[in-house]
Amino acid sequence: MSRIGTRLQDMKAHGRKALVAYIVNGDPYPEATLPAMHAMVAQGVDIIELGVPFSDPMAEGPVIQKGHERALVHGTSLKGTFELVREFRKTNSETPVVLMGYLNPIERMGYKTVAETAAAAGVDGLLTVDLPPEEAAPLKSELTAVGLDNILLLAPTTTVERARRVTALATGFLYYVSLKGVTGAGHLDVDAVKSKLAEFGQLTELPMCVGFGIKDPATARAVADLADGVVIGSVLVSKMGDLADASADDIAAAVGDIVGSIRLALDA
Amino acid sequence: MPSTQQVIETVTKTKQYSATDYSAFPNSDGHFGPYGGRFVSETLIYALDDLQRIYNQLKDDSDFQAEFDKDLAYYVGRPSPLYHAERWSRELGGAQIYLKREDLNHTGAHKVNNTIGQALLAKFTGKQRVIAETGAGQHGVATATVAARLGLKCCVYMGAEDVQRQSLNVYRMKLLGAEVIPVTSGSRTLKDAMNEAMRDWATNVDDTFYIIGTVAGPHPYPQLVRDFQAVIGREARAQCLEQTGRLPDALVACVGGGSNAIGLFHPFLGDDGVEMYGVEAGGDGVETGRHAAPLNAGIPGVLHGNRTYLMEDENGQIIETHSVSAGLDYPGVGPEHAWLKDLGRVNYVAINDEEALTAFRKTTLTEGIMPALESSHALAYAEKLAPTMSPDQTIVVNLSGRGDKDILTVAKIDGINV
Repeated sequence: MSRIGTRLQDMKAHGRKALVAYIVNGDPYPEATLPAMHAMVAQGVDIIELGVPFSDPMAEGPVIQKGHERALVHGTSLKGTFELVREFRKTNSETPVVLMGYLNPIERMGYKTVAETAAAAGVDGLLTVDLPPEEAAPLKSELTAVGLDNILLLAPTTTVERARRVTALATGFLYYVSLKGVTGAGHLDVDAVKSKLAEFGQLTELPMCVGFGIKDPATARAVADLADGVVIGSVLVSKMGDLADASADDIAAAVGDIVGSIRLALDA
Repeated sequence: MPSTQQVIETVTKTKQYSATDYSAFPNSDGHFGPYGGRFVSETLIYALDDLQRIYNQLKDDSDFQAEFDKDLAYYVGRPSPLYHAERWSRELGGAQIYLKREDLNHTGAHKVNNTIGQALLAKFTGKQRVIAETGAGQHGVATATVAARLGLKCCVYMGAEDVQRQSLNVYRMKLLGAEVIPVTSGSRTLKDAMNEAMRDWATNVDDTFYIIGTVAGPHPYPQLVRDFQAVIGREARAQCLEQTGRLPDALVACVGGGSNAIGLFHPFLGDDGVEMYGVEAGGDGVETGRHAAPLNAGIPGVLHGNRTYLMEDENGQIIETHSVSAGLDYPGVGPEHAWLKDLGRVNYVAINDEEALTAFRKTTLTEGIMPALESSHALAYAEKLAPTMSPDQTIVVNLSGRGDKDILTVAKIDGINV
């Protein structure tokens, strides 16, 4: 089983909820990312989702768009992201790392090269936002060949029929997008999440993590009761934007604090 | 699974699609050979499935077609004339140039053909709000126009840069009751407006219909926009036969996203004797890298929901484009054009800013027709092509829009404060 699967299974066995945290590689500047990753782990993150910046992040709200823009100013690339994960793995061999991004940088490098380089660097899975199951088979087969997980999205608009197709191609975990909209939106409806998750839960044994619109410990707690884990992103990226001129240590401490407060709520 | 490159090579080598097959594309999942498809986040898939279902149901429905045809005739003013530019042709001393006068449509460009069609689809869905992206503002104006007529709420996303350089169209849209939202993310141009419209759609998918302005985006947009614009080519074909007794020898149209070009080309694709030229924006010159010519100098990739030729850097980041014409200033191109390029059916060439401006002045002075700067790219290429052909041959140029909107741009280049 992959590092992702092992971690989630372990959490479940201990009756705990997984905390998945998203930051953008290279945001607000390249030297800030590695210390932030370690700080988040120290404060109780279970899976790191590392955003690979893209010039046209179509599914992101304004907060994460700006994170991508800040990272791109410094020329952060997919290749550079693999190097960062390699660095991270020098001192952390436990925490799963998922790369979340858009297809074009992956197309540019080539599916096979991406899969092999990612695996060698210590990446555990890819979540490619603009790659629905209909188009995902070629990349998935390269990922499977090197033992990487293929994380797919489910949405409030996903029908049960489609969800079958999604769950058949997904490995690691399923990422349920809690609302219609972009990342960081503010209208999460816990009851609606509940009924959809109940529906999808019938279709798969894979763990289900919920993201988009989880901003504070209370929402995280409410959503965690319905799922195997929660994903936070905009709240961290927003903080990184506020601290764009701060030292890497200060940034790491600040995102660590946020993660710690959510961890506390999840374990309460 | 084969890579994109392998698919492209196979398709190109074997030429497995004979001319008669063109109308059968895209296939059922939206692919034109290796291009097209549906590369969007999961939230939008349902809306695209729904749109496809509605379109498939209506496209062959005689009542729907009759309503579309009626609007094109009485609201848009179709058929648009096919005009023999005799004076200009004589001067060039080569082929006879005919202009397909899309500039005479209501709102002044071909864009309205598509917005009429999509507005009818929106009406059928019962959604009360439409959104659009726009570059030069022509598609925004055409969308605001049909929204006003149907009493729909209308939001148009426009790059903040374009809002500045196309202020006249911005005000036109506002007069038509639309809300124009300047987009300040990314490069603040058309591509970013499209990103923002997609985000709006993902958020408001229940009550909002997204009217895409070109033959790009996720399936079924490239197909349905093409089908609505194909009226241009159907008319041109019949008009050319009527006026010259035979089919044209060459077609020329400008290509940004490529909707006016595919509209003209598509009904002729099976006519082997008809050469086709898609003219991209060469900006400062393709060799300078400052241009908007992905088919001439880009590579295949994925943006805005479809696989196509793109302008990008070595890391797969989309790069900024350059063109005097806001409507061609786009780093991608419709997937069907990408496929037609690989098949060798259409020749894709580039015209730089200076050549386009020269053609703008020339057409205005010689024929008394002021073309849009977009269309001026096609006219500039026709000016090169005509002298290489004989006077008994015919070129049809798509004069896709009128140049009123560009007067301020041209005046500025001339150093005149209007």
